[in-house]
Amino acid sequence: MAEVEETLKRIQSHKGVLGTIVVNAEGIPIRTTLDNSTTVQYAGLLHQLTIKARSTVRDIDPQNDLTFLRIRSKKHEIMVAPDKEYLLIVIQNPSE
Amino acid sequence: MEIVYVYTKKRSEFGRQCNFSDRPAELHVDILPDPTLAGNFIERNPCDMPIQCVQEMSEHEVNTERFATETRGINHVEGGWPKDVNPQEMEQTMRYRKKVEKDENYVNTLLQLGSLMEHCIKQNNAIDIYEEYFGEEEDVIEGTEEPPSAKTINVFRDPNEIKRTATSLSWHPDGGRKLAISYSSLEFQHGSKEMSFDSYIWDLENPNKPEMTLKPVSPLVCLEYNPKDSHILVGGCYNGQIAYWDTRKGSQPVEMSTVEHSHRDPVYKVIWLQSKTGTECFSTSTDGQVLWWDIRKMSEPTEKLVLDLSKKGNLDSSLGAISLEFETTMPTKFMVGTEQGMVVSCNRKAKTPGEKIVCTYSGHHGPIYALQRNPFFPKNFLTVGDWTARIWSEDIKESSIMWTKYHMAYLTDGCWSPIRPSVFFTTKTDGTLDVWDFLFKQNDPTLSVKVCDEALYSLRVQDNGRFLACGSHLGTATLLEISSGLSTLQRNEKALATAMFERETKREKILEARHREMRLKERSRSEQGKEEDAKDGDTEENPEDLVAQAEKTFFEIIEAERRKNEEEEQKIQAEMSKVGKEEKEDSEEKEIDEMEVRISFC
Repeated sequence: MAEVEETLKRIQSHKGVLGTIVVNAEGIPIRTTLDNSTTVQYAGLLHQLTIKARSTVRDIDPQNDLTFLRIRSKKHEIMVAPDKEYLLIVIQNPSE
Repeated sequence: MEIVYVYTKKRSEFGRQCNFSDRPAELHVDILPDPTLAGNFIERNPCDMPIQCVQEMSEHEVNTERFATETRGINHVEGGWPKDVNPQEMEQTMRYRKKVEKDENYVNTLLQLGSLMEHCIKQNNAIDIYEEYFGEEEDVIEGTEEPPSAKTINVFRDPNEIKRTATSLSWHPDGGRKLAISYSSLEFQHGSKEMSFDSYIWDLENPNKPEMTLKPVSPLVCLEYNPKDSHILVGGCYNGQIAYWDTRKGSQPVEMSTVEHSHRDPVYKVIWLQSKTGTECFSTSTDGQVLWWDIRKMSEPTEKLVLDLSKKGNLDSSLGAISLEFETTMPTKFMVGTEQGMVVSCNRKAKTPGEKIVCTYSGHHGPIYALQRNPFFPKNFLTVGDWTARIWSEDIKESSIMWTKYHMAYLTDGCWSPIRPSVFFTTKTDGTLDVWDFLFKQNDPTLSVKVCDEALYSLRVQDNGRFLACGSHLGTATLLEISSGLSTLQRNEKALATAMFERETKREKILEARHREMRLKERSRSEQGKEEDAKDGDTEENPEDLVAQAEKTFFEIIEAERRKNEEEEQKIQAEMSKVGKEEKEDSEEKEIDEMEVRISFC
């Protein structure tokens, strides 16, 4: 428990990190550092996107799997670390 | 030569079906070559024969059907919770989350994911892998080399059947991805019942369909985004009312000023003031009033000024205002351009209403359609009216310090570039947009673009100085992008512009002093002349004397002429009586004389 807290706190303390969200397999946000509406929006959409990305990678090569998803946008970078059960989403402004 | 060959057929065989059969060839006529005929002709040698040596091409045109796109978004709502958890209940969701967090799998996964994520974050912070080297320097070189140009990016047409003039344009304050355009027909009593009242907000990416419709009770003549709150727009109506919109609250105005406290003429310009609340604005109209408003209380204006130069506040003798200028760095000052071609400089914070009008600048022969201070040198301002654009210095009231030549078409609008202090734009009724750079060329525009065939009516530059929109008489708004040379600050430009303004101001000052001196001299001389004698009429006199003298000579000439006529009449009458006595056998000349006399009597 405490280790998780520590990890999340450490991630949040890095330069340029705007928010951290943990999402479960159903797309429900478990933990977040952002406000509710933004969290729901991110969780729902990125959950779908990650599923799609994973199935794309697997369709191309069934032995392959998605390990990480980085989305570079005009304003920031959205990083998604996927797992079977959970997603860890971090939004970072790298130029800050 | 006639060749006749007769076919014969029995009458009984007429109309019968043909029975074709083979038969040997037979000769009917034999025409032998006649060498004498060759004498009628001459041989052509050499013979000219043109042929095309390239592939033949043809040109075809096709107009593709317009493709209408629509933007849609998705709003994600919470879902995916287990059946026994109600997402609306805070307690239940909290409990569920706590339960998940205690899960051993969760802890393990997160620790693993955390280290993976941290690696990426550190990577991002360590080096910018997307960094572009030398990106900026290339731009600078490009900017100096290319010739000035402007290209049309998009055209926004009034979607209504009966077209109206795009009377004013306003850019969205955040980035300018949207453009609010007010439409109204300013031709007096020209509006028909079917004419729409609507004005629109356009998304620059989508010229097919306006993003939003504003529905006023009377057509909007001016429309302005609130620089502090981009959801709010204020508009001035043709009937004189002021209305404001909140784009979050739909097409209908949130509130309107009451008719009895509004302008009595179309509201030609409304400007937002720089205030803490960001809710204050002021407006002007050809009824000669300037009214201040607070949109929190629209029932009546907070302040009022009548543009009466005699400073009596008489609305009947006030000047009709058509343009307005407000510079945020000078919050108490503002300027008004009038229909009479005069700029009135005012001070809002003066103690008495009379003192609010500080001074006037006159020089235009017609209404001043545009008035703007230079964003870098607010002492100098631009006016557009009649056939010229003029630049003024606040210190010189007698005349402008710089002006363009008289154009063939009327000028309708103008504004400064927000980036370059020496660049301004003007629009004309012949549909051209002129870009002036007075450091580069003073007599002619640096760039002249024919935007459309009808008259241009309004113009607005985006804050980055690169995009500008101009509205036409038939409601077409054209979005133009000007070349980077005209929209990036040049080296030393500010210093050069300052020098130019100062030099011109100085020149006008010297001229003004000289004029004053001459006038003084003339006055003293005319006074002297009066005391001595008015014998030497060749010397300059004051206009009143000249008028009096001209009148005197005029009446003298008239009097002399009348006397001459009278004398002639008397003579003719005498002659007539003589003629009456004599017999009418005299020459025809006399008859003609008589006729003339009769005519003159009539």
